[in-house]
Amino acid sequence: MKNLVKAIIAIAIICAALMYTVHSLDKTSSKAGANVLTVYNWGEYIDPALLKKFEKETGIHVIYETFDSNEAMMTKVEQGGTNYDIAVPSEYTIEQMKDKKLLLPVDHQKIPNLKNIDADFLNLDFDKKNHYSIPYFWGTVGVVYNPNMLTKNLDFSSWNQLWDPSLKGEILLVDSAREVLGMSLNSMNLSLNSTDSAELKKATDKLIKLSPNVKAVIGDEVTQLMVNGDAAVALTWSGQAADMMYDNEELTYTVPDEGSNLWFDNMVIPKTSKNVDGAHQFINFMLDPKNAAQNADYVGYSTPNKAALKLLDAEVVNDERYYPSAEVRDNLHVYKDLGKEKIGEYNELFLKFKMSLQ
Amino acid sequence: MQNKRSGSITLVPYYVWIALFVIAPIVLVGYYSLLDLEGNFTLENYKNFLTPVYLKMTLSSFWYAFLITTVCLVVSYPAAFIISRLKNKQLWLMLIIIPSWINLLLKTYAFIGILGQSGPINAFLASIGFEKQQMLFTSASFVFVSVYIFIPFMILPIFNSIDKLSPALLDASRDLGASRLYTLRRVMIPLTMDGIKAGIQAVFIPALSLFMITRLIAGNHVITLGTAIEQQFLVTQNWGMGSTIAVFLIIFMFIIMAFTGEKKKKGASRRGKN
Repeated sequence: MKNLVKAIIAIAIICAALMYTVHSLDKTSSKAGANVLTVYNWGEYIDPALLKKFEKETGIHVIYETFDSNEAMMTKVEQGGTNYDIAVPSEYTIEQMKDKKLLLPVDHQKIPNLKNIDADFLNLDFDKKNHYSIPYFWGTVGVVYNPNMLTKNLDFSSWNQLWDPSLKGEILLVDSAREVLGMSLNSMNLSLNSTDSAELKKATDKLIKLSPNVKAVIGDEVTQLMVNGDAAVALTWSGQAADMMYDNEELTYTVPDEGSNLWFDNMVIPKTSKNVDGAHQFINFMLDPKNAAQNADYVGYSTPNKAALKLLDAEVVNDERYYPSAEVRDNLHVYKDLGKEKIGEYNELFLKFKMSLQ
Repeated sequence: MQNKRSGSITLVPYYVWIALFVIAPIVLVGYYSLLDLEGNFTLENYKNFLTPVYLKMTLSSFWYAFLITTVCLVVSYPAAFIISRLKNKQLWLMLIIIPSWINLLLKTYAFIGILGQSGPINAFLASIGFEKQQMLFTSASFVFVSVYIFIPFMILPIFNSIDKLSPALLDASRDLGASRLYTLRRVMIPLTMDGIKAGIQAVFIPALSLFMITRLIAGNHVITLGTAIEQQFLVTQNWGMGSTIAVFLIIFMFIIMAFTGEKKKKGASRRGKN
C-alpha cells in the first residue's frame, strides 16, 4: 500500500513537471510573438534547409508539424484549438474544406512568384482561379514493379496486365477505395469519377476477379515491402514509387495507357491562421524557382514550377515516369469530390472486394 | 444505518461515472445508428447490416475470435499451471505481462519485419535449405499475432484461479484413485472455471472487434467488424452505419457476457445449497 502511494505521488510529480515544461516552452514560443508561422504538412514533404533559409530571410520563426492523412488534417483544422497558417491538402480535400468554409482566400498580389507556375496547373476544377490554393507538388497513380521478379515479360502498358495469371499473389494494393476502384474503372476505359452505380458494380466484379493476384491491401507499409522484395507489383502514387526506386534500383514505375489519376497537393491558408501575411510570404518563398527546385530535388515529387524545372537535373525532368508528356497527361484525371453518398458507395464496394480476398 | 448512508454517498461518483461513460455512449451509439448521411431518422442502416456482405463479415469475425480464443486457452492453461508451480512464479508472471506494456502498434510493426520475406524466420529457413515461405498476409499469421497479443489477458485470470486452488485437493483426488486426466477433468477444471471464463471474456470480446492488425498483418485478407467500423467512421464518414455495426457488436458482447456469466451463478447457488 505504501509503495502504491509512493508510485502515485511519483507519477503525479512527473506529470506536473512535464506540464510545467510544456507550459514554459509554449510561453517562449509565443513570446517570439507575432512573427511565428505554423506550417502543417505531410511527413517528409519539405527540405528542412528551406525552412531555415526562410527564417533567416524573413525573421519569421517557423513551427513545423506533420499529418499523415487529408482527413486527419481537416478534422484538426475543423475542431479548432490550432493555429495553422499553412496546410497542404490534396485537391478533393480542398473542395471539402472550401464547402465547410475552412479556408481563407489567397491574395495573388502578394505572391508575385505565382508567374513561375505552369499554367497547366492553375485554374483547375477543384479551385477555379486559385482563390484558395497554390500548387505545391503533383503526381500520378500507377504501377511500380520489379522486372526481375516477374516470370512473364509484362510492362504494364495496360491496367489489364495486372489480371495476368502469372502474377498470382504478387500484387500489393493501397487501402483506398478511390485508387483501387478507379484503377478498375480505368482498365475498362471508364471514368475514375464515375457515379454510375452500374459501372461501379462492373468495376467491383472485375476487381473480385483480381483477388487471386492480390497479396495484400495495405497502407504506407507498401514502400518497405516493395523495397525488401516482398512483392513484385504494387499500385501506388508516383511520389511513393520515387521513394521506393531510390532505395531499390531494380524497381520501375509506369502509368498504364488507359489513363489514371492525376493528383495535386496545394498550399492553403486555413481559417485558423494568425499570421496571414507570413503565410503569403511563405507561399511566395516556396514558389521561388531556386527554392522550388531545391525542394523538388529533396522530396522527389514533381514540381508544378516551370521556372524551377530549368534548374533541375535534366535527367529527372525528361524522365516521363516523373514528368509525363502532355499527351499522357491528357489521359490523367483529377478526382472530383463525389459527395458523401457516392464515396460511401465506393467504400461499400471496396469492402465487398476486400471480403473476396482469401 | 450510518454506514449504509455513507456507503450510498461514496457510490455517487460511481453512478456518475457509469452514467457518463457507459450509459451515455451506448445511448449515443444507438441514436447515431438511426441516422442517415443527412441526419434524418431511418432504419436503412439496419437493413444494410442484414445484407450478405455484413453477415458474412460477422461470421468471419466470430470465427477468427473463436480461433484466437481457443488457441489462447490451449496455450495459457498449461502455461498458467506450470507457472503456478514454479519457485519464482511472480517473476515468470511478470515476464509474460511485460510485453503487454509495449504499444500494440510497435509490436505489430515488429511482426511485419519478423514474418516478412527478408525477415529472420525466412532467413533461417533459407539457410537450412528450405524455400522462402509467404507468412505475412495470411490468416494464419493474423491468428498467431493476435494470440501473442492476447495471451497475457488469458494467462492472468487463469493463473489467479489455479494459484488459489489448494494442491491438497489434487492430491486428495489422486489418493482416492482418480487418474491424472480424471482429476484434471473433474477437479481442477471445474474449480478454475471462473478464471477460464474471465479469460475467455477478456480475449473473445476484444478479438471480435480487432482492426489494424487485420490490415498490417493480414493485409485485409481478414475483414472483421472492427475494420468496417473504422472505415465507416474515418474514410466514409458515415457515422450512422458505423454506429449500427457497433450496436450489433454491443449486442453480441452482452450475449457473450450473459452466456459466460450465467453458469457462474448457477455454480454459486449449487454450492450454496450444499
